[in-house]
Amino acid sequence: MTPSAPAKWGLRSLAFGYLGLLLLAPVGMIFYKTFENGLAAPWEAMTSPEAIHSIQLTLLMVAVAVPLNTIFGVGCALLLVRRRWWGNAWIDGIINLPFAVSPIVVGLSLFLLYGNDGWFGPTLTEWGIQVLFSWPGMVLASIFVSLPFVVREVVPVLHEIGTEQEQAASTLGANGWQTFWRVTLPAIRWGVAYGIVLTTARVLGEFGAVTIVSGRITGETETLPLFVARAFEQFNEEAAYAGAIVLALLALTTLLLMSVGSRRAKSSSAPIPAGTEVPVAASTTKEGS
Amino acid sequence: MEAHPANLPDPVAPRAAIRLPGLGTGLGRGMVVLYLSLMVLLPLAAVVDSSLSNGLDSFWKAVTGEQSVAALKLTVICSLIVVAINAFFGTIIAWVLVRDDFPGKGAVNALIDLPFALPTIVAGLTLLTLYGSKSPIGLDVSATRVAVVMALCFITLPFVVRSVQPLLMEMDREMEEASTSLGAGGFTTFRRVIFPNLLPGIVAGVMLAFARALGEYGSLILITGNIPFETEVSSVFIRSQIESGNIPGAAAVSVVLLALSVLMLVLVSVIARSGRHRGDKGRFKSLLDRIIGRSQWGGQGV
Repeated sequence: MTPSAPAKWGLRSLAFGYLGLLLLAPVGMIFYKTFENGLAAPWEAMTSPEAIHSIQLTLLMVAVAVPLNTIFGVGCALLLVRRRWWGNAWIDGIINLPFAVSPIVVGLSLFLLYGNDGWFGPTLTEWGIQVLFSWPGMVLASIFVSLPFVVREVVPVLHEIGTEQEQAASTLGANGWQTFWRVTLPAIRWGVAYGIVLTTARVLGEFGAVTIVSGRITGETETLPLFVARAFEQFNEEAAYAGAIVLALLALTTLLLMSVGSRRAKSSSAPIPAGTEVPVAASTTKEGS
Repeated sequence: MEAHPANLPDPVAPRAAIRLPGLGTGLGRGMVVLYLSLMVLLPLAAVVDSSLSNGLDSFWKAVTGEQSVAALKLTVICSLIVVAINAFFGTIIAWVLVRDDFPGKGAVNALIDLPFALPTIVAGLTLLTLYGSKSPIGLDVSATRVAVVMALCFITLPFVVRSVQPLLMEMDREMEEASTSLGAGGFTTFRRVIFPNLLPGIVAGVMLAFARALGEYGSLILITGNIPFETEVSSVFIRSQIESGNIPGAAAVSVVLLALSVLMLVLVSVIARSGRHRGDKGRFKSLLDRIIGRSQWGGQGV
């Protein structure tokens, strides 16, 4: 059905109006506010020692949490799709939990485990390991909230590629790791990449859970989102806007990578066509390594 | 996808023929279970344990306390309003993105995912610059309930759009044409033909958005003012309880929030699963299943 012209324009203006008022205008406004007095002020705000430290800490979160969740995600997806096991239904459900849990509850849960009266807190303190109010606790919070992304992106791709290639590799004598590196991983790479982008975005922006476990110690356990919140609360709007812009630019980069990634994923998620260089037979060359 | 005879069992679950690392032994499985338990299950168990640490009575007291009831009420009511707004505008946006044609459509489509990519604190700050006390258009909603609804609308925008879009794309246009040629007007065709086809997507999107809205924190703290009994949602209430040292009370409200969100997830997957074996309905249900698997929290650019 093609709606009549007035109906079409009505729907269009409703959609654009809503998106414009809710999304575009506020985002445009924050860019305007940041740069209305030139580049100098935001640049100065973002090069203060506190700001630089918060950026470094945020990157540390990404550097630890993203690889761990990626390795887990790929392994877990393989287990869910390539093996039948009674526990799979449970794992499948539990994986989604971080989507449903409030970030504040995540923070509280880690507080209860690693705090001074927590389940593990006293023992770890005895060993000299400080988890709460320090970066390990913040990493744990980041891992929790971003755990499902890689699994959720890789599972459908694994379903789609089927098992023929892997079976062929095995028949030709490839061992588990050879099959994985040379057949499975090349076939699921865009799914993995997409999952990594989403995981990174989530870790970069995590606020609620990190608020609780970090203790918000300025210059020590303050990530960039926490920096933005504190700057705003202390009426240092320039720094708050500048930090927000850095995060917003990272988000826009994420969007860009996402739309590139999904296009690639679509064109490569089909079974690998005959003739592409997937070195199934070449697995023998690695024999004995 | 390779073609499988329909009567074969699950084509993907392989025989022992393929070898992949960790699949042969229990080791890989054990590591997955261990990681999941350490990172997710154990922390959540600690919350439930703490909520009950002073007995059921004090759990109940904490949950039914005046301020906590007010916060829960506000959270649930605002979330319901927000998903209703989402259902309406989300469907319209999806329609415009699929059926309409205009320059820049790709950019608008990519933009839909912005609320997923943008850190929540930035989302709150962003709304505050335009609709806060220093609003350049003279519209100040900060520290009111309108601000709660607005912030939640912002962060849940993609859910309905992304779950309706694929259904619209795969919808058989002949049905609509048949309906029109049999004399149905535009609105009747929408109500009797299009809407029923989109309903599973709308429902799934609404439930996911609802689960997300219930627990939201970051986008709310700057713009709502966190006034108890006025604009304090449950997650903010939990935080104030943590800060004042009432940990079991915070845990009790957390458990309620957790239960509500998990219920939503379970409902979504039950809806997705129930229809899979039931003939024609199954087609939409399996579609729904795919939506949940794919577009959730990442809005696979459709």
